[in-house]
Amino acid sequence: MKSFTVLQGVAAPMDRANVDTDLIIPKQFLKSIQRSGFGPNLFDELRYLDRGEPGQDCSGRPLNPEFALNKPRYQGACVLLARDNFGCGSSREHAPWALDDFGMRCVIAPSFADIFYNNCFKNGILPIELGAEVVDGLFNEMYAMDGYELKIDLDKQIVATPSGAEIRFEIDAFRKHCLLNGLDDIALTLESESAIRSFEDNWKKSSPWLFDSFSQSGT
Amino acid sequence: MGGKTLYDKLWHNHLVEQREDGSALIYIDRQLIHEVTSPQAFEGLRLSGREPWRKDANLAVPDHNVPTLLDERKGGIAGIVDPISRLQVQTLDDNCKDFDITEFEINDQRQGIVHVVGPEQGATLPGMTIVCGDSHTSTHGALGALAHGIGTSEVEHVLATQCLVQQKMKNMLLRVDGKLLPGVTAKDVVLAIIGEIGTAGGTGYAIEFGGDVIRALSVEGRMTVCNMAIEAGARAGMIACDEKTIEYVKGRTYAPTGVVWDQAVKAWQDLHSDEDAVFDRVVQLRGEDIKPQVTWGTSPEMVLPVDGTIPDPAAAESSTEREAIARALEYMGLDAGQSITDIKLDKVFIGSCTNSRIEDLRAAAAVVKGKRVAESVKLAMVVPGSGEVKEQAESEGLHTVFTDAGLEWREPGCSMCLAMNSDKLGEGEHCASTSNRNFEGRQGFGGRTHLVSPAMAAAAAVTGHFTDVRDW
Ligand code: SF4
Repeated sequence: MKSFTVLQGVAAPMDRANVDTDLIIPKQFLKSIQRSGFGPNLFDELRYLDRGEPGQDCSGRPLNPEFALNKPRYQGACVLLARDNFGCGSSREHAPWALDDFGMRCVIAPSFADIFYNNCFKNGILPIELGAEVVDGLFNEMYAMDGYELKIDLDKQIVATPSGAEIRFEIDAFRKHCLLNGLDDIALTLESESAIRSFEDNWKKSSPWLFDSFSQSGT
Repeated sequence: MGGKTLYDKLWHNHLVEQREDGSALIYIDRQLIHEVTSPQAFEGLRLSGREPWRKDANLAVPDHNVPTLLDERKGGIAGIVDPISRLQVQTLDDNCKDFDITEFEINDQRQGIVHVVGPEQGATLPGMTIVCGDSHTSTHGALGALAHGIGTSEVEHVLATQCLVQQKMKNMLLRVDGKLLPGVTAKDVVLAIIGEIGTAGGTGYAIEFGGDVIRALSVEGRMTVCNMAIEAGARAGMIACDEKTIEYVKGRTYAPTGVVWDQAVKAWQDLHSDEDAVFDRVVQLRGEDIKPQVTWGTSPEMVLPVDGTIPDPAAAESSTEREAIARALEYMGLDAGQSITDIKLDKVFIGSCTNSRIEDLRAAAAVVKGKRVAESVKLAMVVPGSGEVKEQAESEGLHTVFTDAGLEWREPGCSMCLAMNSDKLGEGEHCASTSNRNFEGRQGFGGRTHLVSPAMAAAAAVTGHFTDVRDW
């Protein structure tokens, strides 16, 4: 996994509450068996004026000029400012894959849906929760200033604004550690292999019905 | 010290390792796999040269992409017209063969929507930890299990380690006491709950549903409620195991038998919250207050009783809410002040992991029996949740009740719940749907979804607009 240490770059708005993962990446693109290539279809239904299909070349599609990410001032953005309950709905990890593929490395919102929040960390994306008023303030500053950039320091847990304000954010220690070091979750868990084995042995003794379910049926 | 909640017990039973930083390693008993969120996980295993930790913990079934029209379906995978869907279903088969994982293939009688198939086969059981790369995994919590959706990286993680790294959630008790009035169903209960606490109300919590109304629901009804816990923001919803649960599980294909059954039943007696359990949040509703529900907007919390009128953005409390209502009205093509019963339907969809079980189909059939789908409704379809449900329904003659009334009777799968196959809404079409999400474009680009119970969907099919089933 990619590590995340310090990020500085343009912030762009996704200014609505309850943005669901269907909106982040519509279902027709979930048919892909790849992990990459979702960037051109991020927010597909908002971003283009026509209807997108998987496998299509997006470079010639008509863009919706009203949509923020299409505006010149937000080009190259790597921080997404969002509203309450961002990433709700489906568990599709295609949502963070699409954000990542597009170039977004950080999403700031007053709250996130649990599964989406969790999926971000698996893909080197940092979701930051800040109070609704703080986020509102960032939106206002961003709208007021072309080329508005934020600097995010994960180690120090700080978001720095162009005016020099430093906003502290919370993040749990384990996720921070993994993200800072770009650690592979699976390898890390396998360090506990013997603990898993011994749990499993005991569990099998006390709850034998949880094991070998499909063997007796011969399927 | 207070007693333990059901969630506390399930967590504790599966705790492999508690780490100092607050995270924990939790053992997973069952992983369900479908074609959409698994290919990248299997690919990850292959790239790192890893094998599944415990093959017998996994069960796979294709459901999201499979065609539901018999003509297209009978050719199996090769018959799937859309090449990208075909490849995805084929990839699931290939991966299951390569990694030796049990799969109910496309035209296997046991195939169906993953959350219908698990409990139906006894592959998901009380007391288990159950995961699937699908947010509606919360459904299985109805059996007294800890069940929740995960992302694809976690699918790979569970395949490789049989564990998940988790932070413990908070406990919420959602009590629905009293009694339901006739015509009010499990679906109306859960929609009313979401209307009450909002789509983010359960974020960070595991919700236990309790109270007289929940106890009185059938196990299938409880699945409908837990299915939509995620629509209230909670990854996991659950209901205590009781005699009904045990009766439901008994005799299912993969349920334990003989002495092991007795041993299991004994262990399952403990799957309830202790009397003195402490919850971080308690929400109470009265069953008598719940009327048949209909969503009017683009989020499940935008829901009203069938006799309600559509809200006016001008009356909203905050600017965010005002904009959300205005945007939803525009997308849905509805006006403030309009009656719910005035909404005209173009299509009707009875199916999905929320409402495609036999009791759902019986309820819908009872409403349409001897009647006809309204002329103005272009398509009304019933999609059973699995091959087993389909067979049961046909043995009861429900399929002819539907077809005589002018509804289509399809092959099992997710179908128009998310419209990954060819079952979709056209732009601007209104659909009465028994599924769980009314997001923009969910059932097709520009489609307008109204979530309702099976009986309400069936009544809407007959009248062409929403009707209060209590007057039926
Ligand atoms: S029926 Fe709908 S909600 Fe359920 S698993 Fe299928 S797509 Fe998801």
